[in-house]
Amino acid sequence: MEHALDITLTVNGTRVRHRVEPREHLIDFLREKLGLTGSHVGCEHGVCGACTLRVDGQIVRGCLMLAVQANGCRVDTVEGLSDSKELARLQKAFHEKNALQCGFCTPGMLLAAQDLVLKNKKFTREEIRQHMSGNYCRCTGYQAIVDAIEEVVNG
Amino acid sequence: MGKAELPLHAPGTRTDRGYIGRSMPRPNAARLLQGRGAYVDDLRFPRLAHVVFYRSPYAHALIKKLDFKKATQAKGVIAVLDGRAVAEYCTPWVAVLGHLKGIKSPPQHAVAIDRACWQGEAVAAVVAETRAQAEDAAALIEAEWEELPAVIDMEVSLKGTSIIHKELGDNICFARTHDTGGVDEAFAQADLVVEETYGFGRHTGVCLEGRSILADYNAAEHSLTVYHSTQAPHMMQDIFSRHLGIPEASVRVIARDVGGSYGIKVHVYPDEMATAALSVMLRRPVKFVADRLESFATDIHAREHRVKVKIAVKKTGEILAFDMDDLTAIGPYSVYPRTSGIEGNQVVNLTGGPYKHQKYRGKLNVVFTNKNVTCQYRAVGHPIAVALTEGIVDKAAAALKMDPAEFRRRNLIPDDAYPYTFPSGVKFERLSHHQALDMLLNLMDYKKLRQEQKEKRKQGRHLGIGLAAMIEVTNPSPAFYGVGGARISAQDGATLRLEPTGMVTVLCSVTEQGQGTEGIFAQIAASAVGVSMDKVKVITGDTGVTPYGGGTWASRGAGIGGEAVLQAGRALRSSILDVASHVLGLAKSELEIKDDQIVHLLTQLPKLALSELGRIAYFRPDTLPMNFQSELTVTRHYTPREYGFTFTNGIQASLVDVDVDTGFVKLLKHWCVEDSGTIINPMLVDEQLRGGVVQGIGAALYEECLYSPEGQLLNGNMADYLVPMSGEMPDIICAHIETPTKQSELGAKGVGEAGTAGAPAAVMNAINDALAPLGAQVTAMPFTPERILRALKRV
Repeated sequence: MEHALDITLTVNGTRVRHRVEPREHLIDFLREKLGLTGSHVGCEHGVCGACTLRVDGQIVRGCLMLAVQANGCRVDTVEGLSDSKELARLQKAFHEKNALQCGFCTPGMLLAAQDLVLKNKKFTREEIRQHMSGNYCRCTGYQAIVDAIEEVVNG
Repeated sequence: MGKAELPLHAPGTRTDRGYIGRSMPRPNAARLLQGRGAYVDDLRFPRLAHVVFYRSPYAHALIKKLDFKKATQAKGVIAVLDGRAVAEYCTPWVAVLGHLKGIKSPPQHAVAIDRACWQGEAVAAVVAETRAQAEDAAALIEAEWEELPAVIDMEVSLKGTSIIHKELGDNICFARTHDTGGVDEAFAQADLVVEETYGFGRHTGVCLEGRSILADYNAAEHSLTVYHSTQAPHMMQDIFSRHLGIPEASVRVIARDVGGSYGIKVHVYPDEMATAALSVMLRRPVKFVADRLESFATDIHAREHRVKVKIAVKKTGEILAFDMDDLTAIGPYSVYPRTSGIEGNQVVNLTGGPYKHQKYRGKLNVVFTNKNVTCQYRAVGHPIAVALTEGIVDKAAAALKMDPAEFRRRNLIPDDAYPYTFPSGVKFERLSHHQALDMLLNLMDYKKLRQEQKEKRKQGRHLGIGLAAMIEVTNPSPAFYGVGGARISAQDGATLRLEPTGMVTVLCSVTEQGQGTEGIFAQIAASAVGVSMDKVKVITGDTGVTPYGGGTWASRGAGIGGEAVLQAGRALRSSILDVASHVLGLAKSELEIKDDQIVHLLTQLPKLALSELGRIAYFRPDTLPMNFQSELTVTRHYTPREYGFTFTNGIQASLVDVDVDTGFVKLLKHWCVEDSGTIINPMLVDEQLRGGVVQGIGAALYEECLYSPEGQLLNGNMADYLVPMSGEMPDIICAHIETPTKQSELGAKGVGEAGTAGAPAAVMNAINDALAPLGAQVTAMPFTPERILRALKRV
């Protein structure tokens, strides 16, 4: 830890202060240091979207951002957005339509989908499919995910 | 016997099925939706050590020297060990099965000793306090290698010019020929013989959660608890016990949430065995999680096949015979304990599957190569057999200028021909090919689509329609593995317990990886006992608490585990009514359970709440007759035995638009008609089909593990190895036929692999249908734009 840096950030509404190595990824910091294991590590090279987080209102890949880069930022994860009920409509639709199987991609899917919900307009299935194309699901074949998001954004 | 005790498929029971047949959301999805699941890497343990593996950079090389001096001194390092050190704690294994006659494979160690046989094989283990420290230290290992000739191509391997394992004499792991006799005569009598060679790209499951294991050894008890991302906890319990020398009952395997498996997580992996051995050696918990690059290099691959197939037909379209020769390469070892001979064996068993020809010859050679190992991945062998069968069938139909749907209709086994013995020797209880074909053609409006295709062609667009009929192995009996000597259970069990509050706890040996097995067990248990679904809690994936069983693979969870739950539910219902009879002073035959109440059978009036019955049975048994003991925990098991496999059938169709300038294939729509017997939850069945179809589409269009001539994996990361993403996938229309298996009272057949089995063939036939007017065809999966343009002679 000879090059460790102090960071202060707000995670799910709570201020946290930690000393981290510069090389530590934001996703590893959240999972290993804070115990927020809801966001998952799928590929560690920014392709699969399982580690999707929200930093200062923008969705980002937790594996492509360093913890030190989040200094001073507001970070939201699936745990916090579940407790605040912000994801409740999407979660209900996902549950009812079985838009998840193993669930490993689901927290990332929800954050990416919520990004669309927050745009507050209607989207075609094609547009939903395009928007979700950065999030990899190996179980569902995507159709139920598109159905669930469609219900929330257009419903 | 009341209605509830009859098989669900008996006449008159359709109104008495409770939750069975209803699309219920899965209760266990709620925690996953909040990120509150418990995958192995989410667990926290004191004194947890992390292991990473130093892996061979060569496809085939002697390990001349491993120098751990610098690595051992690195910060946080606990131990650095080679194969010999790990072997002190873990015995090697040989993956052969008695019923695959002649199969051979050399002993394999958890960490390679003296020689590495594929790029990515672990040759040293580094244990440290954090994963990052272990990775840092692994980079400090200094190794000296002597490269050996690498056998990469399977034709070269078969020729045997360079033998990978000298002690085995040749590179052939397993060979088999099946011949009904009369094949050459059938070909001599045929009006038309069509021949083709199909190629299948080696690909892999790409579970989003990498393989994960956390082994926690208790030195005082000489016991081991393994938190494992696995499909088969009891199989792994047996293997850890035997190879680590710990009594079976002292090994507990716990599979909590599993982030995708698809057959990838049902095998023994050397690095996982090493992790368990290291926990014993170091007397502390040790965790290994495969990162994405390790997953591509070491998760089992599958389906590298080259198959020549020939079909003999009459002018009328009648198929007389199939003749097939399959060559497949499996890497340097047969994978333990299921072996790498099963996939090819299935191709021999299943080729020609849906059709009524009587003559068949199937030849198989399974060869070793210096690439990563291959083994059983979702739909094992089916995608190969279905594609080569349906490909050659389409080619024969085209040569006869016959519509492919009509050609199939003339050849599909009639729906009244069952029970039926197929030329490969497998037996079908009851299939519904013609019903399925009719349903599919209606569903897709086949005639109208053909019309549309004609019109689009005039406008210069190249639409293609592809059909793929298939048979599918589900609910395997011990004939799959047990008869060959593998300690893999074909039987599963369920324990049901009435809790004092009237709730029902279900413990089942079938595991959950997202298919919804826990959800359907809750539906079955609630229906069988007579309680509402919110009163049922299901526990799976823990050898310490569930009955013994096989787990989840080969489309067996619903059909086998579900039947065990049904039988246990009925037994618990009977036990509850025994208690009720004493409490109420009424005959058992006058009572039944409905909506969490004991009700009078005739009046349907509530007599006693289950919560009250539970209170009496557990806390005031003194009020019950002296000679009566309540038994409100019951266990039942089930194994299918009447047939080797409970075959089912289905048919799929794909509609594609091929851009002949770019070679890109746009998937417009996909249809899937499947007969999965009794359907417990239609929504979950549809989702299994759709997810399976998309994995099959991946194989057809995108996925291939590419190796250089030196045996280097060229695209072992998610950016270069393409998989289906939401933008490219079509909507998939599903429809169902229910032909329950009469072997069980539930009547369920499997469905988890159907989509993957049939989709590649449907997509291939659709592309070739689009290309046909241009005189082009593709036969080697995946059908990349380059391959399509080459077929069109445009590059």
